[in-house]
Amino acid sequence: MGKATREAYGDALRDVGAELKDIVVLDADLSKSTKTAVFAKAHPDRFFNVGIAEQNLMGTAAGLAAAGKIPFVSTFAMFAAGRAYEQVRNSICYPKLNVKIAATHAGLTVGEDGASHQAIEDISLMRTIPNMTVIVPADATEARKAVEFAAKYKGPVYLRLGRSSTPDIFGDSYEFEHGKAVQLADGKDLTIIATGIMVAPARKAAEELIELGISARVLNIHTIKPIDKEAIAKAAQETGAIVTCEEHSIIGGLGSAVAEVIVESTPVPLERVGVMDTFGESGKPDALLVKYHLTTADIVKAAKRVISRK
Amino acid sequence: MAEKLTAEQVSQLEDRAKAVRRSIVSMVTEANSGHPGGSLSAADILVTLYFAEMNVDAQKPNDPDRDRFVLCKGHAAPVLYATLAEKGYLPHEELLTLRKIDSRLQGHPSMKDLPGVDMSTGSLGQGLSAANGMALASRIDGRKNRIFALLGDGELEEGMVWEAAMFAGHYKLDNVTAFVDFNGLQIDGPVAEVMSPLPIPEKWLAFGWNVIEIDGHDIHAIYDAIQTAKTVKGQPTVIVAHTVKGKGVCQMENVADWHGKAPTKEECELFLGELDD
Repeated sequence: MGKATREAYGDALRDVGAELKDIVVLDADLSKSTKTAVFAKAHPDRFFNVGIAEQNLMGTAAGLAAAGKIPFVSTFAMFAAGRAYEQVRNSICYPKLNVKIAATHAGLTVGEDGASHQAIEDISLMRTIPNMTVIVPADATEARKAVEFAAKYKGPVYLRLGRSSTPDIFGDSYEFEHGKAVQLADGKDLTIIATGIMVAPARKAAEELIELGISARVLNIHTIKPIDKEAIAKAAQETGAIVTCEEHSIIGGLGSAVAEVIVESTPVPLERVGVMDTFGESGKPDALLVKYHLTTADIVKAAKRVISRK
Repeated sequence: MAEKLTAEQVSQLEDRAKAVRRSIVSMVTEANSGHPGGSLSAADILVTLYFAEMNVDAQKPNDPDRDRFVLCKGHAAPVLYATLAEKGYLPHEELLTLRKIDSRLQGHPSMKDLPGVDMSTGSLGQGLSAANGMALASRIDGRKNRIFALLGDGELEEGMVWEAAMFAGHYKLDNVTAFVDFNGLQIDGPVAEVMSPLPIPEKWLAFGWNVIEIDGHDIHAIYDAIQTAKTVKGQPTVIVAHTVKGKGVCQMENVADWHGKAPTKEECELFLGELDD
């Protein structure tokens, strides 16, 4: 098991903050959980706690960016994308200000805190705002590279991070290419397109499918917006069927984004693995992933279903 | 304490304010929509800021050392655009493109569209946070510039204003000066009746602000309050400016209905005549 993407975020922020002196970090009373405390310890003069006030978190960041700073703001995804949605839209994205929103504890795997804290709509909310870039790293290495990218990119970025540890997928030599899908396996019968913590089970599902005589291409989509239309259309043309996997509602997230691309290019059968139109509940992260059908076995089942529809 | 304005300077500023008020009436009439009442109430404050106080230059709208102004009550965009036009940021003729398609003069200020607009605003409650962020950036960089913000009294009903007030007090942002355009009216009627934010000075005091109350149409008083704010260390200052909604046009004064209504062409001529006197 590797590190959680939020752990990688804290370390990367500290390091990139040493290089780029315009980086300023704001948190809303969760710095130990979001790992911005790691930055605060290294660069105390550029860290500010705004307290439990997420709307002000976003607004203050907008002002800092308007004055030339590169603010990174963090809180749980529920509050970043949900509670402060309109501040993100009107104060940050409308004027295209250079604010980086690193939202942690996204998805069901926040676990025991339950439905009130399980953001499963945030990708949908964030990707619909003009000027916003949406990135969902699959492992700690990709999270670190995404932070380095976000720091140097000019414009608003939403970085979706998880609470729990995730298996390592990439080595240190991995290069993060904004807006580009990463092919992790090639295959001809279908393509499994996954994001975030669902990339690891997607890869495992492809391995299990080989034993069943099914050859699956696996794509990691770390940039949900702008999405890699070319890679998705190519996958649809070459493999003729697609399964999407995300720790997010099947409405409005990766599954929807992929559906939008394929119906406008190469319509092929699509199955979406994600949280059905329902709230989560308290529980251990692994148990939640089982109950809400986000496991390797669920991906294998979806793959069989989609092939039967070809 | 800085020196006071001379009678001649005040008279010039009053003339400017009249010109700004005429522009507001003309542009809202031409657009056939917009917010004249709360624009007219803030005219004296903006004119004093832009012509007697702020270090700004239309030729260098992005100078990092400039003073900055955030119009938190973004619906009062006409007063900002009219003042910026007086200051040379845009031609006066362009004011008549307000709210029309392809115009830089959006219904609410957009910093991406018009140089001189320091923050995009319009959704109430969000501006003071941005002003605080600018002030924090100045402090980090060791700049001496000041950040001014103008809030509506009805706007104080937004909870986010108090998040921002808490932040500025906590971080002792003494380079922030906020104005409350206290004209007593919001869309649905008197603020005291719709959802009272009163008493206003006490609330800011409780969040650690230095509070000054003035007549918001008295140029001397506005200027003196700004000078006092500059001498206060370790605390942001709020200037609670008692104003009259629709100030300068007697048919509009203190009438809530003029919050977001355009005059007819006939009314416009009448109002401009009154502002010429």
